[in-house]
Amino acid sequence: MPIEKFVKLTSTCVPLPVENVDTDQITPARFLKATTRQGFGNKLFFDWRYAPGGKPREDFVLNNPEFSGSILVAGKNFGSGSSREHAAWALYDYGFKVVVSSFFADIFKSNALNNGLLPVQVSEDFIARIFEAIEKDSKTTLTVDLENQTISIDSLQISESFEISAYKKSCLLNGYDDIDYLVSKSAEIERWEEADTLNA
Amino acid sequence: MNSNQKPKTIIDKIWDKHVVKAIDPETSVFYIDRHFIHEVTSPQAFSGLNNRGLKVARPHKTVATADHNIPTQNQHLTIHDELSRLQVNTLNKNCAENGIELYGLNHPYNGIVHVIGPELGITQPGMTIVCGDSHTSTHGAFGTIAFGIGTSEVEMVLASQCLILSKPKRMRINVDGKLGKGLKSKDIILYIISKISASGATGYFVEFAGSAIRDLSMEARMTICNMSIEMGARGGLIAPDQTTYDYIKGREMAPKGEEWDKDLAYWKTLPSDPDAVFDKELYFDASDIEPMITYGTNPGMGLGISEKIPTLDEIEPQSHASFKKSLEYMGHSPGDEMLGKKVDYVFVGSCTNGRIEDLRAFAGFIKGKKKAENITAWIVPGSKQVEAQAKKEGLDKILAEAGFELRQPGCSACLAMNEDKIPEGKYAVSTSNRNFEGRQGPGARTMLASPLTAAAVAITGRITDPREFLLETEKI
Ligand code: SF4
Repeated sequence: MPIEKFVKLTSTCVPLPVENVDTDQITPARFLKATTRQGFGNKLFFDWRYAPGGKPREDFVLNNPEFSGSILVAGKNFGSGSSREHAAWALYDYGFKVVVSSFFADIFKSNALNNGLLPVQVSEDFIARIFEAIEKDSKTTLTVDLENQTISIDSLQISESFEISAYKKSCLLNGYDDIDYLVSKSAEIERWEEADTLNA
Repeated sequence: MNSNQKPKTIIDKIWDKHVVKAIDPETSVFYIDRHFIHEVTSPQAFSGLNNRGLKVARPHKTVATADHNIPTQNQHLTIHDELSRLQVNTLNKNCAENGIELYGLNHPYNGIVHVIGPELGITQPGMTIVCGDSHTSTHGAFGTIAFGIGTSEVEMVLASQCLILSKPKRMRINVDGKLGKGLKSKDIILYIISKISASGATGYFVEFAGSAIRDLSMEARMTICNMSIEMGARGGLIAPDQTTYDYIKGREMAPKGEEWDKDLAYWKTLPSDPDAVFDKELYFDASDIEPMITYGTNPGMGLGISEKIPTLDEIEPQSHASFKKSLEYMGHSPGDEMLGKKVDYVFVGSCTNGRIEDLRAFAGFIKGKKKAENITAWIVPGSKQVEAQAKKEGLDKILAEAGFELRQPGCSACLAMNEDKIPEGKYAVSTSNRNFEGRQGPGARTMLASPLTAAAVAITGRITDPREFLLETEKI
């Protein structure tokens, strides 16, 4: 499945100032029984979003009409724990295109990138500024510019640059995915296997 | 080592050997020697492959098992839960269609993916191993680069036997000194994570070294590497040595004869060169460690069993909100003592502590004692072979006499995808690896500990230091 192109995005955002948000919270295990990739948006943060019995919890940000947008801003060490890609599917399916945090877990980062969801890692200082700005004005917008690798708080006109590997950047800008690339290299992979004497 | 070559860490040696092709200075096409799959994270990878009209490139390099979803009782019957049944059946079908070896439900080799790989001798030093499961790091105990991947990456490996990766930084964690009586390798790893936090090794691949690590059995080493993901590491490994070779030799899929000699010679070149430089090195002393228990909702929130939960002044101001949220979920208060807290459930099992040595330790401890009345206990072997061995050694009888029952293998309450769920608000002492909110069932409150601590809790019904019993009897 080729991924959607990502070039530049300006959006309001949803603040989730909680640290160590693990993938068990993003998509609880009991929803992993599906055999397709679709429909995980409904399950996003399920146990934080709904009380037992299914009533929405008013104190959870996704149930607060004040906040919306396709950028999630979260506390440090976002996406830790299980490797379940269902977490990235749920965020994307819900409508997020970018997650901003001061720190991401490794596997989550690659899962997100493989689905066209851009993880933007910023400094502790910058994320504190974002949370402050949203607290003052829930309609604060951020602009994420992949080409230039910058993220800006538009009303404050401050920005910071973020890192992404050159390869992943070009995949996102062009909507390519890794499988197309790998399959195109199958002859080289075969030659490598033949040369590897220990390859059992 | 050739004298004009730069000294290398074991991580570099294995990594560099598996680079098929550099894409740019940081990114390369990386070859995978062994791929494990299970029912939960593979179905979308197979359908992705089908949609592209692709075939599994190297079917004999992938091995499958059903573990996450399966019941741990009455496994001979049809799986009750419809969605679980569909997932397991989908795995069966995908394996059959693609010629992939499957150790499915009721197969004598069935079990948790990270238990069966090592016990069958599939996991061997120097290999690169991946699985759509974060605890793939377990296999690092054999001196492998082993790590968890997402479903898109499962599809990549099925399609090409390769991944596109950038090289992680390298960290060495040295643990020297002697581990005290009544302690297990689980206490070492919970101690390390409590010191460096649940994200302390993110971005790194870790080598565990030092005399306390060398002294451990292979099974105890697997417990350490298993939880390297809980400190954020991409993976963790231990250099192979005689303990490793002795464990592998003679196993079902281990190399034999001439092949063994050739492989052994290669394995012996793997340990880090003496002057190899790591991006980061940490040092711990095993004699500082006491039995560990977690009090919060990530594995970094752990402490020595006689310690008290931190108070707010001991926590950094920016973490106050998350700390309070976590304690509220757990029903603990800052400054609480852990010892003596009442417990409802004990879970012994998982790819962290569901091996035969864990069951032996638990059974040895509870032998001749009785399960506390307030405790419901689930003792779940990590595989069919572990189950068979436990029965052969009569552990099931020891358990039964003390009021415990040995269940059938699977992931079980580790992630509660099957019926084994801790009810809302109940406290569980668990030998598994994650104490996240709801991990063992919605609202479940998990405290992670070693099999010996779990045994002490199962007998007293409260958080108990296992050493109390040992001092009395000095049996273990
Ligand atoms: S036992 Fe737990 S951690 Fe291990 S593979 Fe199963 S679910 Fe994952």
